[in-house]
Amino acid sequence: MRTLSRIWAWLFLLVLVVFFSFTGEGFFSLFNLQAIGANVAILLIMALGQTFVIISAGIDLSTGFVMGLASVAGAMAMTRLPPGTPLPLIALTGLAVGLLVGLIPGLVNGLIIAKLKVPPFIVTLGMFGIARGAGFLMSGGMPLPVSIQGLGRIGNGYLFYYYPSQGLSFLNPPAGVTGAELRQVTGILPHPLTFALILVLAAHWLLKHSRFGLHTYAIGGNQEAAIRAGIPVDQRTIVLYMLSAGSAALAGVLYNMRFTNGAANSGEALLLDSIAAVVIGGASLFGGEGTIIGTVIGALIIAVIQNGLVILGINPFWQFVAVGVVIILAVLVDQAKEQVAS
Amino acid sequence: MDAQRAQQTGQPEPALRVEGLTKRFGGLTAVDNVDMAVYPGEVVGLIGDNGAGKSTLIKMISGVYRPDGGKIFLQGRETTFVSPLEARRLGVETIYQDLALCENLDATANIFLGREPMRRSLGLLKAVDRKHMLAESRSILDRLDIHIPDLRRPIREMSGGQRQAVAIARAVYWNARLMIMDEPTAALGVPEQRKVLHLVHTLREEQVPVIIISHNLQDVFAVADRVVVMRRGKKVAERSIQETSVDELVSLMVGGNLLEE
Repeated sequence: MRTLSRIWAWLFLLVLVVFFSFTGEGFFSLFNLQAIGANVAILLIMALGQTFVIISAGIDLSTGFVMGLASVAGAMAMTRLPPGTPLPLIALTGLAVGLLVGLIPGLVNGLIIAKLKVPPFIVTLGMFGIARGAGFLMSGGMPLPVSIQGLGRIGNGYLFYYYPSQGLSFLNPPAGVTGAELRQVTGILPHPLTFALILVLAAHWLLKHSRFGLHTYAIGGNQEAAIRAGIPVDQRTIVLYMLSAGSAALAGVLYNMRFTNGAANSGEALLLDSIAAVVIGGASLFGGEGTIIGTVIGALIIAVIQNGLVILGINPFWQFVAVGVVIILAVLVDQAKEQVAS
Repeated sequence: MDAQRAQQTGQPEPALRVEGLTKRFGGLTAVDNVDMAVYPGEVVGLIGDNGAGKSTLIKMISGVYRPDGGKIFLQGRETTFVSPLEARRLGVETIYQDLALCENLDATANIFLGREPMRRSLGLLKAVDRKHMLAESRSILDRLDIHIPDLRRPIREMSGGQRQAVAIARAVYWNARLMIMDEPTAALGVPEQRKVLHLVHTLREEQVPVIIISHNLQDVFAVADRVVVMRRGKKVAERSIQETSVDELVSLMVGGNLLEE
């Protein structure tokens, strides 16, 4: 039912795709559509955790700078490994350190919100500043380059490559294809998109089928009722904010791989976009409503607008205007639907 | 001790018995030395004017307030609740006016909230067993003769009476041994009021004792076996419903001198 009620969002996405396909040259191509998928991955991963928090009637304003902090921590860890460390170990170290450092602000957010009953808006606004400062202090105010051979391939490579004369190859372009011939190789499934899809499936399962997911809806619907029903609301709240920080941290590590650097402000612009994706996806800021599928559509709508406007050659500042209009429209549509229903 | 007495007298053991229950707020004695008992399968109406101490008495029985004096016995065993949650665990279910339901969730999720059955999914993971929840919800609602067309719809799309029914079904499903209903019909339209009162009858048939607080004496006459009247914190009377009348109860509630004068 909830997915069905998002039909207008699917339709809107379809209209956008059709519109840009006819007006923007090169929009509707495998290459460009995959680029949209790869570009949306970081935003989408960040929005997954935010979806849970918003459904629980909370908000996490710190995710943008938690992502930055995690990307700085990941970059520092990876560049400090001794030369000759195998690539998978480097990547795993970056992942582990980025994730662990990113989870700390989430734990602190959750503890203060659950135990000291400070409103989430205030706590995470404070953490927004703390994580921002910590990220810049750690990185010395500059982006940290991560020039490790092969690392960029993790963030920019594809799962499969197709070369007309040799068929499909896995993870690497077919051997012996070099120079101008490489241009004929088609990548299929960019890694960031694959990562995002795996996390989307996990988040969807968690929200829809686990006890934790059901309790997230219950807390957002009526926290008092959840407490009376014996749900460990404090513990759930702490996990919720760690989940949000954790997904921001994963976004930060993916940023490391994709842009081969770590930057304290890497997630700055993504905070509001990720909240927008959740809201466009049908979640209510009053809590109790929202789905992972909705958030995916919301993120895709934002990504398609941004990509399409670039292809049309329109001044990029219009992207902000367009996304802003869509946020307001999305909420208006939801309100109108509720009035029709009641 | 209570059990012995029950054997000696042949009377069933009361589901709930309170002795000398007292609660003070500063200088005000909200509940003053109240004794009362509720037997299995019995509906007791608790009535009184505003400020008579009904709610305070109920809040002590449901674990919200700690009494300043007196004792509470459940099934003959003396009990002290430290929290409403503990009272629920011991089978005292209170249906408040705000119902304590999650309006965004469906009826089944509300019935099982906090006590969801789990099943294995994908080998290792544990998933909420919605199928089992749905089947069990259907059977408890059928047993109580409650008709809810679509159990998957969020509670907010249901009528007040249906929500009330879901809250009651939840309590019965989890083996409520005493049901306390605080103004259950206050916010409902007339047909819905009737349904809820019918439900109270069903509860009695299920041997679940009920304490019903109501301003509406007609409701009390419709469902209660016995009435306890409170005034200014004291229990002033206790009547079998057959032996009393609305006029008598009203005069007891506002003060006997009305009749005497």
